[in-house]
Amino acid sequence: MNDLRELYQETIIDHGRHPRNFGELCDATHHQEGFNPLCGDKLTLHLREKNDIVEQLMFEGSGCAISMASASLMTEKLKGKTKNEIQEIFSAFHEVVTTGDQKNIEKLGKLAVLIGVAEFPARVKCATLAWHTLMAIIAEKAGIVSTEN
Amino acid sequence: MNKHDFPILQQTKNGKPLVYLDSSATSQKPQVVIDALRHYYEHTNANIHRGVYELSERATKLYENTRENIKNFINAKKSSEIIFVRGATEAINLVADTYGRINIKENDEIIISTMEHHSNIVPWKLLCEKVGAKLRVISISDSGEMDLDQYQKLFSAHTKLVAIAHASNVLGTINPIKTMIKIAHEHNAKILIDGAQAFPHLSIDVQDLDCDFYVFSAHKAYGPTGVGVLYGKEELLEKMPPYQGGGSMIETVSFEKITYAKSPAKFEAGTPDIGGVIAFNAALNYLKNIGMQNIMQHEQDLLKDATQKLSEFPELKLIGTAKEKLGVISFVLKDIHPHDVGTILAHDNIAVRAGHHCAMPLMQRFNVPAMVRVSFGLYNDKTDIDALLVGLHNTQRLFA
Ligand SMILES: Cc1ncc(COP(=O)(O)O)c(C=O)c1O
Repeated sequence: MNDLRELYQETIIDHGRHPRNFGELCDATHHQEGFNPLCGDKLTLHLREKNDIVEQLMFEGSGCAISMASASLMTEKLKGKTKNEIQEIFSAFHEVVTTGDQKNIEKLGKLAVLIGVAEFPARVKCATLAWHTLMAIIAEKAGIVSTEN
Repeated sequence: MNKHDFPILQQTKNGKPLVYLDSSATSQKPQVVIDALRHYYEHTNANIHRGVYELSERATKLYENTRENIKNFINAKKSSEIIFVRGATEAINLVADTYGRINIKENDEIIISTMEHHSNIVPWKLLCEKVGAKLRVISISDSGEMDLDQYQKLFSAHTKLVAIAHASNVLGTINPIKTMIKIAHEHNAKILIDGAQAFPHLSIDVQDLDCDFYVFSAHKAYGPTGVGVLYGKEELLEKMPPYQGGGSMIETVSFEKITYAKSPAKFEAGTPDIGGVIAFNAALNYLKNIGMQNIMQHEQDLLKDATQKLSEFPELKLIGTAKEKLGVISFVLKDIHPHDVGTILAHDNIAVRAGHHCAMPLMQRFNVPAMVRVSFGLYNDKTDIDALLVGLHNTQRLFA
């Protein structure tokens, strides 16, 4: 059970079950839907931006523990950050969950619990769905984001 | 039953045997099929229907033997009614492209059902969009059975075609296709049966069923990937235009005029998966030797045992409880996403499917984003079911 515990750490189970910043955001300036066609997981991000700073970030949707926890922890971590800071954290996060490399892990704070995902390639997309959705807002892309392109 | 015939099932991971419960996605292959494939490439490889040398004649004969064997297996009238394609998906696309192209017109209607696999939805949707026809959809009950009353009511003067699964890849439901075929014909509609799931588990008699088209894939029936079959009634195939253009499907070619070969060659342009088709014959013989009746009986025993154990499992909801089912069981666990269940079971070397199973409309019907699916092949036994239950307990413990 060891590497399974590594994947499903307490924090992940907790955030998966009780996601933070879950719900609508009435005064959002941006909305974006994300979709993982492989498993059917869907989520919507709501974001309020002011002067290049993400003031508030909420999400809705359903998915596995990994995708819910990743979205929940992401919203906690990125509130109050600038677009550039977000870009940097995304790069670090992406590297950690795809390679398991610890090099930039201190940039991630609590999100570091998702490092176990690197051992489960089939689950990387679960962990990155919310992030790709967010990056689409940052890059001002139109349309629904899919993990498949 | 016959687990020892399947080399892949002998492997272990961290000392745990492979518990393969995903035969609906693809079946494992018995040694005889693997041997046949290997033997073909070692001793017989040559292109078919062209060489005059012995090797090519031998390859052609073996390739055509499979066709003949399939004809007998599903009791078609003629072997020219058996067309080799890449899989059930391609067979459906072939019918949509060729039969559809000349017979489905603007405002015509095609009936499908809520429980179809995407491969029996998308080709029809594409055809409808191309010609301006409409899809009508048969609803299903909470237990996962076709609503036959509503089916009858869907027919109109515009209904040209019905396309339904013989058995559902998610719910396991075996549909009353004989009745449904009769109803379609009473309304002068043709009917295609998607037998991808049913073929490996049931005896099929296309003449008794009287279906117009029947499709399936070899890889779900213990054969290799890359081979599928379209059965079509001769009188329909005769009138259908060719599918793809290329070698083998013509009689004569000049730049002014081309005359096409007859079925099956008309629909088999290019070099097919010769080795795969030949090895599929070994799978058919393997099934014949065991007997479809024995396979069905064995899988029904497993279905009964697993259904009972799973229905007693805490916080587990079965989805698909039709009276007539294949050995396919889908379920959801309370508060644990199917994807997580799949990963945790995989850790115990238990292979199940978690996801939408290429049937998104069906997921909507049951109001879940995804399900866990367990499906049996002839090689499964009760130890596999027990391993699954232990795995599910571990899953709940991890999430507790
Ligand atoms: C009911 C049904 N139809 C069609 C298909 C498509 O088969 P293939 O992918 O082999 O073409 C499948 C495969 O899962 C299926 O379950």
